[in-house]
Amino acid sequence: MSQEKQNRFLPYLREDRLPHIFCPGCGNGAIINAFLAAMEKAEMDFDNIAMVSGIGCSSRIPGYLKCDSLHTTHGRALSFATGLKTANKDLDVVVFTGDGDAASIGGNHLIHAARRNINLTVICINNNIYGMTGGQISPTSPKGSFGTTAPYGNQDTPFKLAELVAAAGATYSARWTTVQIENLVTSIKDGLKNPGFSFIEVATQCPTYYGRKNKLKTPTAMAAVMKANTVFKSAADRMRPRDLEGKIVVGEFADYTKDEFTESIDKLSVEKSGNRTIINSAYEREL
Amino acid sequence: MVEELFIQGNEACAKGAIAAGCRFFAGYPITPSTEVAETLARELPKVGGSFVQMEDEIASAGAIIGGSWGGTKSMTATSGPGISLMQENIGYAFMSETPIVIVDVQRGSPSTAQPTMAAQGDMMQARWGSHGDYEPIALSPSSVQEFFDFTVKAFNLAEQYRCPVFVMADEVIGHMREKIVIEDDIEIVPRKRPEKTDDYLPFENIENGTTPMPAFGDGFNIHVTGLTHDERGYPDTNDPETHDKLIQRICDKVLNNKDKICSVRSENCEDADIIIVSYGAPVRSAIEAVNKARANNQKVGYVKIDTPWPFPDEQLREIAGNASDVLVVEMNLGQMYYEVDRALKKDANVHLMGVIGGLLPTPDEILEKIEKIGGN
Amino acid sequence: MRTEIRICGFGGQGIILAGIILGKSACLFDGKEAVQTQSYGPEARGGASKCEVVISDTAVDYPKVQSPDILIAMSNEALIKYIVDLKDDGTLIVDPGTTDVEDVRDYIEEHNIKVFEAPATKTASDEIGLKIVANIVMVGAITKITKVISKEAAIKAIEASVPKGTEEKNIAAFEAGYALIE
Repeated sequence: MSQEKQNRFLPYLREDRLPHIFCPGCGNGAIINAFLAAMEKAEMDFDNIAMVSGIGCSSRIPGYLKCDSLHTTHGRALSFATGLKTANKDLDVVVFTGDGDAASIGGNHLIHAARRNINLTVICINNNIYGMTGGQISPTSPKGSFGTTAPYGNQDTPFKLAELVAAAGATYSARWTTVQIENLVTSIKDGLKNPGFSFIEVATQCPTYYGRKNKLKTPTAMAAVMKANTVFKSAADRMRPRDLEGKIVVGEFADYTKDEFTESIDKLSVEKSGNRTIINSAYEREL
Repeated sequence: MVEELFIQGNEACAKGAIAAGCRFFAGYPITPSTEVAETLARELPKVGGSFVQMEDEIASAGAIIGGSWGGTKSMTATSGPGISLMQENIGYAFMSETPIVIVDVQRGSPSTAQPTMAAQGDMMQARWGSHGDYEPIALSPSSVQEFFDFTVKAFNLAEQYRCPVFVMADEVIGHMREKIVIEDDIEIVPRKRPEKTDDYLPFENIENGTTPMPAFGDGFNIHVTGLTHDERGYPDTNDPETHDKLIQRICDKVLNNKDKICSVRSENCEDADIIIVSYGAPVRSAIEAVNKARANNQKVGYVKIDTPWPFPDEQLREIAGNASDVLVVEMNLGQMYYEVDRALKKDANVHLMGVIGGLLPTPDEILEKIEKIGGN
Repeated sequence: MRTEIRICGFGGQGIILAGIILGKSACLFDGKEAVQTQSYGPEARGGASKCEVVISDTAVDYPKVQSPDILIAMSNEALIKYIVDLKDDGTLIVDPGTTDVEDVRDYIEEHNIKVFEAPATKTASDEIGLKIVANIVMVGAITKITKVISKEAAIKAIEASVPKGTEEKNIAAFEAGYALIE
């Protein structure tokens, strides 16, 4: 392969782990590219990034990236990330999660991490379905959509994650789809730079399960439907709720600054001990 | 400077954690363990540490695993309902070989049961609580001093064997006040940072059956997962051999070092016809019962188990192998009893005095039970 | 020798602190052994409160009080409830302002109980001007009556236990309690 054709992000990958497990047409590849592009744009030091994930297809992403990565239990990535970031406040901690991981089993951790405004960047890959376990409905599956556990159509009402997280106290929250990669890159970049809890939801296609169960046979067909259903937040703000049914509202839902959780802990440490919290203290004999 | 204090067991535990180098605590309020969290909330900021009150116990267990990979000795404290919630992440810590300390101040159980009363009903949760095969280390303090000492020891063992260590206390020891002496030369085991070489593998057998672990941010770029993984840490979930090798090593690193980990203490056992075996608070009653029995010319001795897990079967056989009867006194309806019976049944008749309801069995109640055994 | 002490009264009277001071005095300043335990329950301020201390020349193995040698009652409800555990020939100290020993007169006579009245609450109000130091007044009375701890140890323990800045008032309260009994 010539140098020109080699993906420019290859140096960030654990090449010895390839090939990856993602299905053809999955949005995860495009989102990894978007993340790496955003990281470069934000001028982040890749070596200082630590990734945390839970369980699910999206949670496998950190395993392919050549940085410290903690692939944890289902739904709990944010609690592990809270501990990691608190223990070493200098690390840039990024969490990859999915709709089932973050919003169902991990829903409580999600709102509390947002409430604390802890400086984590969370990329929530929302494919509206449980992919890894074979196509069950998730808390973001649209009403009426089909899954292996909703053979007659989903009767539940979906969560709006970006709005939920903004309401819970995150200082940055946005939603885009895999159709708007440039906006996505900008939001991930802004999220990485935001000194607080940043949540970037990416609506994505799962052709293998969501597509097949919902008569959207190809990734292209899924992208076309996603695009057709997309409404920008500025327009959505002027629309009636019933006109927004089934639509994907994209844009930013929070973007401001307020006290960050680990900084407050550091401040308390300075006040009580005269110094910031100690990093890597486990390796010290004398403290 | 040697310090003498008259404090609660839970406070002593918190002070032990700080002395051991713990600089991160994540927890959720639960009786009767709350004073551990309260003390650390007050003390950690004074020593450059971090205290976080998490949203629940599941998150608390996750946070301390994250904290440990962040390069900081980390601990949580809870009681029965919290230990139940933590189990999945505790299993993750065994699988990912993460040093953490979990303090369980046991209360009446199951379910919410008796929040302010003492029990020892979580002993098997410490042993088998998470799914799958692993070998836990657990310590049971019988005094406020031991709650301090064993918390220090728990951190040291966690670092030596890269695994979670339980401190299985109970409401009696957690809440009572006693004098403790804090020496100024406490032995601390710091974490060992691996050499940065091309062939460094974070999950292999180098030392004590495990290998030194780096912190996130050290530049090792390691992958940590709860999936079955190879020595690099990379998932390899379908190869039976990879799984077998990994789990055997995780178990063997504790089992092969049992002689260094296990600790029991005994008195008056050499000529004893009846030996009382106990751990935690009931040891206090057992000692007094033995003293009374000896004053009455009855040949009774006691064994105090400091480390319920791994179970010290060899030491127990050595000490109690000659007694005709062994009485296990514990605050549940028989948990460690089965371990004692397994270890000794060829040599002795093993009896159970299982006490529930929340009150520490009294020395006289134990003596009554001994009379009955003697009568038979 | 093992001495079992139970102090009881209302929540908010500082019953627990009084017990801690006894324990601290004995084992940090008198060279004895001591264990302090207390009742935990969903008890609101004003409800029943109970604190127990075992003081001994040798190690205290069994840590709980079974039948106290010394009972200190600062509420009538507690007096009636706990008098029945008191040992024969035991010592009863009551605050006459908050209890009525006549209610337990039969038990006192049957079991040959030595009764002492220490008006701790009144003394705290009248002499110190602070009702909340009644518990420390009582510690003074206990020290004088029972000699289970030394006066010097008690003063050191009080200094080490009360909030900073309140040491003087508390020592005065202790002395007032100590002086209540001939």
